[in-house]
Amino acid sequence: MNTLLAVRQLSMQIETEQGVVHALDDVSFDLHAGETFALLGESGCGKSMTAFSLMRLLPTGGRIASGRIELEGQDLCGLSEAQMRHIRGGALAMIFQEPGTSLNAVLTVGQQIGEVLALHRGLKGAAARGEAVALMRQVGIPDPERRLDEYPFQFSGGMKQRVMIAMALAGEPRLLIADEPTTALDVTIQAQVLDVMAELQRTRRMAMMLITHDLGIVARMAHRIGVMYAGQLIEEAPRERFFSAPAHPYSRKLFDALPEAQRRHGRLASIPGSVPPLTMRFEGCRFAERCEQAWLRCKAEVPAWHSPAPGQRVRCHLFDPAETRRATTSFADAEQHIETVQPAAQNGLLEVAGLKVHFPIRRGVFQRTVGHVKAVDGVDLRLDAGRTLALVGESGCGKTTAGKAILWLIEPTEGVVKLDGADLVALNGASLRAMRTRMQMVFQDPFGSLNPRLRVSEIIEEGMRSLGVGGSDAARRQEVAAIMAQVGLRSEMADRYPHEFSGGQRQRIAIARALAVKPQLIICDEPTSALDVSVQAQILNLLKSLQAELGLAYLFITHNIAVVEFLAHEVAVMYLGRIVERGPVEQVLQQPRHPYTQALLAAVPRANLAAEQGARAEPNHVKGDMPSPSKPPQGCHFHPRCPHAMDICRQTYPDSKIVDNARVVRCHWVSD
Amino acid sequence: MNAFQIVVLGSDFLFALLLAAMAVGIVFAFRREHLRRTWRKVFAGRTAMVALVLLLVYLLVSVLDSLHYRPALDAQPGVNEMRRQYATEVFSLLDLALTRLRDSTEKSYSAPFAAYLYEKQMITEPDGSLRRDYPRLTHGAAHLADPNAERAGDIGLRALQGVVTGGLVWLALFLPFALIAGRKRGETLKQSCRAILRGETVLAWDAFAWALLLVCILVAVLAFLSGGYHVFGTDAIGNDVLYRTLKSMRTALLFGTLSTLVVLPLGIGLGLAAGYFGGWIDDLIQYLYTVISSIPYVLLIAAAALMMQLVIEQHSEIFNTVASRSDARLVSLCLIIGAISWTSLCRLLRAETLKLREQDYVQAARCFGVPSLRIMTRHILPNAFHIVLINLVLDFSALVLAEAVLSYVGVGVDPATQSFGVMINGARGELAREPVIWWSLTAAFIFMLALVLSANLFADAVREAFDPRARTLPRRRLLRSAAR
Repeated sequence: MNTLLAVRQLSMQIETEQGVVHALDDVSFDLHAGETFALLGESGCGKSMTAFSLMRLLPTGGRIASGRIELEGQDLCGLSEAQMRHIRGGALAMIFQEPGTSLNAVLTVGQQIGEVLALHRGLKGAAARGEAVALMRQVGIPDPERRLDEYPFQFSGGMKQRVMIAMALAGEPRLLIADEPTTALDVTIQAQVLDVMAELQRTRRMAMMLITHDLGIVARMAHRIGVMYAGQLIEEAPRERFFSAPAHPYSRKLFDALPEAQRRHGRLASIPGSVPPLTMRFEGCRFAERCEQAWLRCKAEVPAWHSPAPGQRVRCHLFDPAETRRATTSFADAEQHIETVQPAAQNGLLEVAGLKVHFPIRRGVFQRTVGHVKAVDGVDLRLDAGRTLALVGESGCGKTTAGKAILWLIEPTEGVVKLDGADLVALNGASLRAMRTRMQMVFQDPFGSLNPRLRVSEIIEEGMRSLGVGGSDAARRQEVAAIMAQVGLRSEMADRYPHEFSGGQRQRIAIARALAVKPQLIICDEPTSALDVSVQAQILNLLKSLQAELGLAYLFITHNIAVVEFLAHEVAVMYLGRIVERGPVEQVLQQPRHPYTQALLAAVPRANLAAEQGARAEPNHVKGDMPSPSKPPQGCHFHPRCPHAMDICRQTYPDSKIVDNARVVRCHWVSD
Repeated sequence: MNAFQIVVLGSDFLFALLLAAMAVGIVFAFRREHLRRTWRKVFAGRTAMVALVLLLVYLLVSVLDSLHYRPALDAQPGVNEMRRQYATEVFSLLDLALTRLRDSTEKSYSAPFAAYLYEKQMITEPDGSLRRDYPRLTHGAAHLADPNAERAGDIGLRALQGVVTGGLVWLALFLPFALIAGRKRGETLKQSCRAILRGETVLAWDAFAWALLLVCILVAVLAFLSGGYHVFGTDAIGNDVLYRTLKSMRTALLFGTLSTLVVLPLGIGLGLAAGYFGGWIDDLIQYLYTVISSIPYVLLIAAAALMMQLVIEQHSEIFNTVASRSDARLVSLCLIIGAISWTSLCRLLRAETLKLREQDYVQAARCFGVPSLRIMTRHILPNAFHIVLINLVLDFSALVLAEAVLSYVGVGVDPATQSFGVMINGARGELAREPVIWWSLTAAFIFMLALVLSANLFADAVREAFDPRARTLPRRRLLRSAAR
């Protein structure tokens, strides 16, 4: 295979107020034409910095300290900025994570694609327009002639990312760098975009560098994988080898930390600690601090590259031929069994019936209500004490709104919410506040959910003080210390401020804050979606053991199917404000009945080669975007995207049907 | 019985209130780690430190000028001690310190360092004949026998004395400070002096020390020179212009700060309420500030000033001295300006609150049933306070300039109050004269420029440190201290 891009001993530094950050250190790899190379790693490991260095789009204060970047034999580091501009968008193209902010909002899509065509291929006028239409067609945008003259706001997120891809392709790049191209997209849209990218790469024989943290996407897309840790490449391997026998302890931990159905009854492996700050200098292996197999040599000596198998190389002392004895000692899977308490009686802690949240759309001088956004439109739920109910759906389906309405943070328009038999609708003032001790919420963003101006102890105490839990000040302080110990925080952390903590620790503080008022139900709104895989494992383990200890019930709002498999007992799938399928987790996830559930599950990339190859064989990904909740389609909301849509689907919304004893499905196509 | 009677004018009281609030704020900021950290960032900049020194000088002069008293009239022996009369004129400690300067009035205009009046007058010779010539000044250069020959040497000598004295004063201030700072770090006096003066401290104490040296020398030179000359000349009625400028400092500073007493409660209270509650409360507050900010402010101030004039005249029993009358006008002007300039702060805070209200920690607090007022004071205000601070320091210089403009237009402070605006207004006629009389305007210009410039530089440093959106490039000082 001919080498398209060769990176040799690349080091990049950024000068900041905290000192010099060694963002990349001695990174070397090759990229071949027609292959997809995936860079994998947690946040802050230097994946994006590698991409930016290739394009020479360095952050303020950044510079390439040493090394070579050779594109077809030409060293990019030696080029002037003017020559580099020619390379960018020409031979090298890049697409970014956030499609919403990468397009200029005041130019039409056609103008933006045309700009690249004019710059890199000298096309103008009708020729450019024809080419732009062809490109838009290639990335799967329907009706390209018309849509070329539309502005970015008229495109949905997935469509914007397609436009970005079309723009990147306009310069006929030989290498496409994709920096987390689908992280901001929903799973069904992600599947569509990934399909487009794989197809284009095959037909154009283009090299692709895919930066991601998702092992599932790697399994679906990559030919070769490079794992990055703390600014270094630590392992490189072909796909089959990587998924069957990952070598570096860090790579193995990444696999072990994945929440999966098989690990339901155990703890997930997690990596203690966090990625070291790159301002420090390293004496030995960068992972030694967090590695269970590290010994003296790891702390003293920087590991060299070793090759345990053809095509695979790893930067770890374990694979030094001189250390064979160690390499053979495999991981003793220290899986602990967590006893899940089975509730004695099905007592129905939380009962929700016909919950509706409609936001009025107001127009005109007099703010007349001209319509409603039906964010939540008749949701029924039931959750027993000590159980977990997962509320699954794509963004905009109303799952977070439903959670907040149950907590009375948003006033529901209609419906009944009963906690332990008491109807929250009937409560007001003092009695509603009393009810607040019994259910709490944990939020998605650990950085936004803690007041940066308050100490940890003040944050945890706030609810106790406000709701009058915990007695005197001294007793309350003791209580805070106990709760902090329970969630795995040291008591001396109580006087610190949130900015001193990592994302995982912050999420622990948020959980401690919710636990402080001794609730029976915690509504978790995507508590792990902002966290890295290893930290996510820590938080999931914590949630699970807390449930076992305290008999908590969780309403777990998420879009991550793997987390559902690991944590939930029951699952409810939401689409456009309504629940389309609800039942025990094994049934729903193993044999989905509703076409939407089926499509959703098929779209989820699995970190498992066998599963992925199956999915690749028959890509039956659902078409189109989710309609707006202000104008839901007539009849069944899903029918425009449903492969099984019938006439009746276009006319009436299906009623609930009970299938397989415990499952509720709302679909005309499903037979009892 | 005392030889004086303490007088507390309205502005003195409000100024003291403001200083006390500032002191409380400083203590509060010192206790809060995140605030301390940001303030350290402010004081790590050299420009900010130099500006701070200048602002402190203005503050010191203003504080001295705000301690008022009425001296006792010369007691006649045998008159009942209990019925001692006090002067109707109100003096301040600054007046006491500048007694010489205040009393050394001439007949009319005289140029800086002049020994003669600026205009020819009829002089009666000892022999009784009349001569039209430039008369000698009664105070300026009066100690010289032959001004033309001796003046340059005398000025040089006085300046040199001033430099030496200023240097000594600086040493007396600096050494104890260096000693204390060095002892904390376990250094000798020499080491600590070197560390400070070479700028090896994290905060820019070097800039502070050098700026202080400059200020000490300047003040001492001015003091020595003004002992024998009118350094900035005299005005139409022979008052020393330096004295007038020094007295104007307090007016400028009061103008820049007193209005915050109105701006803060209105701006913060209404801004938070509008953003947090939304709905009709938001609509109401928005209408209110839109209306207020669309009225031309000179018009509003002129109306209010005239009304205040009426009130003062009708209640002469309360405002029984000239000082209290002009003070009442000053205070009312500050309050009126405050009452119309809260809108910008309110608007900014409303926008920030709208954003913060949706933050998860506010939602979490609502989950706990925390009352709205507590959410606003504990969760929203501390996170929006940088806006208040930035707004205040940026507004300060604009207000100082506004005073000059208003006095120039004629709706400003009482003519009896010394202020830069009054001086500039007076200069209107002086500039039209031939030969031109330039020194009043120049003195006002220099002192006002120093105040506004240092306020602006300081405001910039504060904004840079507190504004989360301001991206700061790495500063060499910080890098150096980190490297150590």
